[in-house]
Amino acid sequence: MLSRIAESLYWIGRYVERAEDTARILDVHLHRMLADPWVDEQTACRSLLGVMGVSSVDGPMSVARVVGLLGLDEHNPSSVVGALAAARENARGARETVSSEMWETLNATWHGLPDARRRVEQQGVHAFFRWVRERCSVLAGLTDATMSRDEGWLFLVLGRSVERVDMTARLLSTHVRAGGSIPSWLTLLRSCGAWETYLRTYRGSLDDRHAAEFLLLDRLFPRSVFAALSSAESCLAELEPDPSRAGVATDAQRIVGRSRTNLEFRGADELMADLGSVLAGLERTCSQVNDAVSRRYFRQTSAVLWVSEAVA
Amino acid sequence: MADLFEDYRLGPGWDEMFGEPSMPRSTYEALHATLQPLSSAELGIRAEVLARAFLDQGITFALKGVERPFPLDIVPRIIAAQEWRTVEIGVAQRIRALEAFLDDVYGAGQVLADGVVPRRIVVTSAHFHREAAGITPHNGVRIHVAGVDLIRDEQGTFRVLEDNVRVPSGVSYVMENRRAMAHVLPEVFAATRIRPVESYPAQLLRALRAAAPVGVNEPTVVVLTPGVHNSAYFEHALLAREMGVELVEGRDLVCVGNEVAMRTTAGEQRVDVIYRRIDDEFLDPVHFRADSVIGCAGLLNAARAGRVTIANAVGNGVADDKLLYTYVPDLIRYYLNEEPVLPNVETYRLEDDPDVLAHVLDRLDELVLKPVDGSGGAGIVIGSQATDEQLAAVRSLIEVDPRGWIAQREVALSMVPTLVGNRLRARHVDLRPFAVNDGENVWVLPGGLTRVALPEGALVVNSSQGGGSKDTWVLTDVSGPAEEAPVEEAPVVVVPSPRSPDPGPSAGPVAVQQQQQQQSAREAQC
Repeated sequence: MLSRIAESLYWIGRYVERAEDTARILDVHLHRMLADPWVDEQTACRSLLGVMGVSSVDGPMSVARVVGLLGLDEHNPSSVVGALAAARENARGARETVSSEMWETLNATWHGLPDARRRVEQQGVHAFFRWVRERCSVLAGLTDATMSRDEGWLFLVLGRSVERVDMTARLLSTHVRAGGSIPSWLTLLRSCGAWETYLRTYRGSLDDRHAAEFLLLDRLFPRSVFAALSSAESCLAELEPDPSRAGVATDAQRIVGRSRTNLEFRGADELMADLGSVLAGLERTCSQVNDAVSRRYFRQTSAVLWVSEAVA
Repeated sequence: MADLFEDYRLGPGWDEMFGEPSMPRSTYEALHATLQPLSSAELGIRAEVLARAFLDQGITFALKGVERPFPLDIVPRIIAAQEWRTVEIGVAQRIRALEAFLDDVYGAGQVLADGVVPRRIVVTSAHFHREAAGITPHNGVRIHVAGVDLIRDEQGTFRVLEDNVRVPSGVSYVMENRRAMAHVLPEVFAATRIRPVESYPAQLLRALRAAAPVGVNEPTVVVLTPGVHNSAYFEHALLAREMGVELVEGRDLVCVGNEVAMRTTAGEQRVDVIYRRIDDEFLDPVHFRADSVIGCAGLLNAARAGRVTIANAVGNGVADDKLLYTYVPDLIRYYLNEEPVLPNVETYRLEDDPDVLAHVLDRLDELVLKPVDGSGGAGIVIGSQATDEQLAAVRSLIEVDPRGWIAQREVALSMVPTLVGNRLRARHVDLRPFAVNDGENVWVLPGGLTRVALPEGALVVNSSQGGGSKDTWVLTDVSGPAEEAPVEEAPVVVVPSPRSPDPGPSAGPVAVQQQQQQQSAREAQC
């Protein structure tokens, strides 16, 4: 597979996941802010922005501004709209590789963004976020149903998994940053679409330890950090046909594997005691994996510029 | 009910649908019968479905960097089987003659020595590339794909307007138009026998594989695109996808020691045939524009060494120079010893004869003036529609550089009913059939791109001038068999006998269900 195409697929995976997760996070946080009279809007908004990587914003903060920055800013590839546009642009450059149905879904979603913007004005942000989640789910379904399980799929799922680890870690960070009260674990679990599963798994008992355990370590819930790391790990293993004789073959495998075992063998209590640095470590892992994968599979020399010289 | 064609007026020029008012030609009867009872609102709804489908699927062309859907008109253009036979033979004949000509001018030059075409015309052509001299393709083919633009004149005769043997585009719309039309006009498809167009990618792939360098049995074919910002990017992606080959950009390729390879996740992989959709000038910065960042340095040397095939070949532009166009009928007689099947449009050469030049300059307002190396309708001046300033400007250009221009009689292009607003109106069309040469046979896709000029009376149908397109139906001979060449022999597939789907889990015995119902009923009464 062409390196450039592999890179595009990897980023389609990342951007679509980013759009979906950002929509989830915003939706739940904004809802809580509005519903909970004890929340200080300024602080909560700044905390959310900080966790999502937007730190330097001046002036008074409001829910509307957060929605503008993280939801609708088309020039910011970390906002919901920006990520969807970036995913579509990547798919456009890899159109002969993604299935027609996937392309059409991404393209129609992109064309639907102006309408979605109007929807925010008319029906509120929740309707917009729900629409985004639905579109992302359609895409995930089509990826599952129409894409061959070849290298391209591995890169897409790898990108999705890396992004999911990153976003779940950021989500948990919102809790740590706010001193463990805002947002509540209930909010966090809802953000991940994990609330009902969690209740079934732990028979309704809600406490910090169990909630953190679920989002970090659950083997069966697909949005847990552990599940996403495992999925990234197996994609990386499949991309390397020959396992190395000792250890693993690539840097990316090493980084992901270390991160996964670090979670797996420390147990929930120890993780909870040190949650801040665990989460920071996860975010670091994601950016290291990204670099390692880029170096190994996507490396491209830049286009050569030929300059004609006058013969002396 | 109102007749959709009630206020349709025949325009100047041959009407493709109507021989005389309200009397559709036999080829159009089924279509006419389907459309006539529709209200303009119903037709409008179908047209909207069509437009929506194109937008969602991203069937667009880019104009000045902005993606636009390529408007598809809902009324198709229909060509009878015998009419098509003429087009098919005539187009193939031109391609054979132009192939012979290219082989000659980049080789022995016999045609120049014999004085059939003045040497001056060839060497002054902007698209004659000495760099291409001496590169002899393994199977002799330089024009793997051609798009020959045709028009129908006032008598309904197909005439050649120009040849495109460099990188003709538009074939993707032929395929997509058909798919979309089958969705919105299924009843006409059921009543008409239309020759399918979907075998084009397979034919193209076969021709590209046949052009592989000597000794390569399983050639790796790629499509080379300038990138997503190119106006025809949609087409490049479609062809690559439908041929099952990689779509590469210049930066994906690397040339070392006359070998071309593409950068993949598993290292560099050799490339044997490049169907390039980049113009000569940008293809190889070593030989052409040094500032090109969309090509790949070293391609031309690799082609010269016979290690890679570039399709279409470099330097083909000399064969579609519009001045050379005036010599094509002679070339057909010279190389093939045949009479041209498709006539040219009457054309004046401006540099040979001062009397002709003077005559043309006197009548600028009646003629169509075209720069010889333009494409996409750029620079064309239609005398009858031009302002005095425009005519004065083109006059001074011609006086300075008569080699750079041709003048043609203004032909009233044929017309087809076209949805404008919510009514059908006569609009001018042309036709670009696509031909594929695999070295043994020139195959002409039964269909082609019909472009339609949407503004009333407009004669320039190019998409870059705000044109749209029509699905083009070539009818089958009622008697003849379906003559689509099978690309590969189909393997025998054993289909298992059908069985009914597995049943889902039952809701339990009937008694359980009844009790569940009674239970809830009793609760409701409490």
